[in-house]
Amino acid sequence: MTYTDWLREDRLPHIYCAGCGNGTIINCTLNAVDHMGWKKEDTVFVSGIGCSSRAPGYISTDSLHTTHGRALAFATGIKMANPGLHVVIFTGDGDLAAIGGNHFIHACRRNIDLTVICMNNQIYGMTGGQGSPTTPVGALSTTTPYGSREPTFDLCQLASAAGANFVSRWTSYHVKELTRAIHTGLQIPGFSFIEAAVQCPTNYGRRNKFRQVMDQVEYFKTHAILQQKAERLKAEGKSVPENSIVIGDFIRRDRPAMGVKR
Amino acid sequence: MTKIDFMQGNTACAEGALAAGCRFFGGYPITPSTEVAEHMAAKLPKLGGVFIQMEDEIAGIAAVIGASWTGVRAMTATSGPGFSLMMENLGFAVMTETPCVVVNIQRGGPSTGQPTMSAQGDMLQCRFGSHGDYSIIALSPASVQEMYELTVKAFNLADRFRIPVFLMADEIIGHMRERIEIPDTIPAGERKLLEKDTLPYHAGKDLVPGFPQFGKGYGVHVTGLTHDERGYPCTTSPSVHEELVKRLVAKVESARHEIADFRVTNPGAEIIFITYGSPARTVEQLIHDHPDANIGHLRLRMVWPFCENALGEFPDARVFLVPEQNLGQIAREIERHTSVPVVPLPKLGGALHTPAELKAAMEAWR
Amino acid sequence: MRHEVRFSGFGGQGIILSAVILGRAAVMYDGNYAVQTQVYGPEARGGASMSAVIIDDQPILYPKVTNPDIFVIMSQEGFEKYGVQAGEHAVMILDSSLVQSRPQCRCTEIPATREAKQTLGRDIVANIIMLGALVRTTGVVGEVAIEKAILDSVPKGTENLNLKAMKLGFELAEKENVT
Repeated sequence: MTYTDWLREDRLPHIYCAGCGNGTIINCTLNAVDHMGWKKEDTVFVSGIGCSSRAPGYISTDSLHTTHGRALAFATGIKMANPGLHVVIFTGDGDLAAIGGNHFIHACRRNIDLTVICMNNQIYGMTGGQGSPTTPVGALSTTTPYGSREPTFDLCQLASAAGANFVSRWTSYHVKELTRAIHTGLQIPGFSFIEAAVQCPTNYGRRNKFRQVMDQVEYFKTHAILQQKAERLKAEGKSVPENSIVIGDFIRRDRPAMGVKR
Repeated sequence: MTKIDFMQGNTACAEGALAAGCRFFGGYPITPSTEVAEHMAAKLPKLGGVFIQMEDEIAGIAAVIGASWTGVRAMTATSGPGFSLMMENLGFAVMTETPCVVVNIQRGGPSTGQPTMSAQGDMLQCRFGSHGDYSIIALSPASVQEMYELTVKAFNLADRFRIPVFLMADEIIGHMRERIEIPDTIPAGERKLLEKDTLPYHAGKDLVPGFPQFGKGYGVHVTGLTHDERGYPCTTSPSVHEELVKRLVAKVESARHEIADFRVTNPGAEIIFITYGSPARTVEQLIHDHPDANIGHLRLRMVWPFCENALGEFPDARVFLVPEQNLGQIAREIERHTSVPVVPLPKLGGALHTPAELKAAMEAWR
Repeated sequence: MRHEVRFSGFGGQGIILSAVILGRAAVMYDGNYAVQTQVYGPEARGGASMSAVIIDDQPILYPKVTNPDIFVIMSQEGFEKYGVQAGEHAVMILDSSLVQSRPQCRCTEIPATREAKQTLGRDIVANIIMLGALVRTTGVVGEVAIEKAILDSVPKGTENLNLKAMKLGFELAEKENVT
């Protein structure tokens, strides 16, 4: 099979805007899933609410499109009741870190055998561009018309501190690395969290000086800094440039996990 | 051979669930329902089932719904505040047609209210608490025996109609211990699987589609969005939405006379008490103590859907007296269906109506 | 034959367990009906605790105690809160080592806590002494039934201690009721 065999073609065309980064992340995910050699009937995609959460609707496995923020709680029920199923969750920054924040940290704590792919577009895209817990300070959104003044969450640090077995961050520019990271996450027993920074030209880029789609992708390319390099700079007493997106695999460990098929 | 035991209501509920084949419990501890969770936590692992204490009640019902899609019988148990938290996901269960059982051991509200005291204040919430139009089934036990029997029944109804079924008990029944006869066989139920080559949300005459269990190769998409028969989101077509919601309501309401579950005492009486849950016990005592008073009693074991035909069991009724541990929630429903005067007998605060109180209420109608 | 038994003491004495054991004896080993209820409160150990059992040879309809005919009182606060209103035809078994007041009704004084400590070396079984005294005094359940129900309900390894306590309760009641 190839990734296209996992698509529910009678659901196309999709709802994503032209230039949206989500399709790239779905593509990377399906490639990684395809490499796992999983059977479709053993694989379940779960999501909450938001642009990212529409992804399971386009994938031809069993899929559960749940309520806002709660995907991880539903997925926990599926995985605990039938550990033989491979359960993959698509979520976004608002779904995961705002309304679903509590479920997020507890799923990490339980270290339940799920793989979570978070499309972080730093905005509530589907509903027209409201601020989220990852909207950068100063950024414009419909609910931060004078620039956001709230400090943001670092989702990877959150997942690491809460106990996930695998934590990684890439962007929609880094498709090979992202695909590899997702593949690693799918293989690792326990909770795997992969954050993917994605462009949202319609509701983020347009208001925040990324006039063309490629402007924001170019920004990911130029501002991404490998975790190893960031560490080295720090060790050398140099500062990591402001607005850097630190990328890489942050955590890979073997804490006791739940829901692992025996 | 039945087995006699002396058991708490909440334990009997858990035992009924286990006997019905429930193998997944997701929930969050809350008084006065916690003993249900505690008993499931002790028993499920030994039966190859799963008990998971989630981070809150929102997650508890979510996990139950997720588990149900893998084909397992799943339940949660809670009380007022937790029940309120579950409302959104209960609507999701209705919309996606997910069988599950939700036990509510009712306590005094609103808000934190009286955590250890009995109430029946969530009878309308269980029917209408989530947004949008829908219909559900609610059962109400009046004894430890019924905590067991009606829990079994709840699972069978949940599977048959693919809806959340509520066991709306109260603290008095949940916490008291009494004699119970545990049957060695229980009524069997079945979750009918979706036939192959049938659209997942295509319903036949009974208006209930077959269940496309996860992991069986159906490749089904399940969404809380308005969906067509394929299960695909279809959110702007008025006709698709109207058809779907009308079917979700009709599959329950059109069966209400067939599944009605009530007990009638003295159908020829003129003064009729209508009860569910623990106030039934007071009325039974009153009838026992005054055998010549010709008191009628309609005891609802199933409260929702409300079966108005039950009122017709009392052709000579002059008045329906409705003692409830709330300010008249079901009295209001009864009123919609009859020209006979309906008199709510509300009691708040946690204590059960006494026989003397109900006798006094009755005397006013002599 | 409806009997309404009210137990009161302070949290931690095993007041609720006593009531559960009594109800169990009636249902499981005497073939009767019983309903056990209790006051649930947020109080931690030490507060006034109350539990009630109704025993009948007919199914029990109204499940709440209205007019108890038997009281088992194990603390002064419990007496004041739940025992003081005992009617003149009632019977009260009270722990005379902890309760200073005496009721108007017939009263069997059992120094249960003192005896548990001095004779059995464990004050934790005072409630079982009281149960024994209750059963010997009132016959509300059979003595074989209460023994079996106690054995069903106590932690493994404590069976002998508890049976000793029960028998001590029988004896103390016997003595008290003769004098």
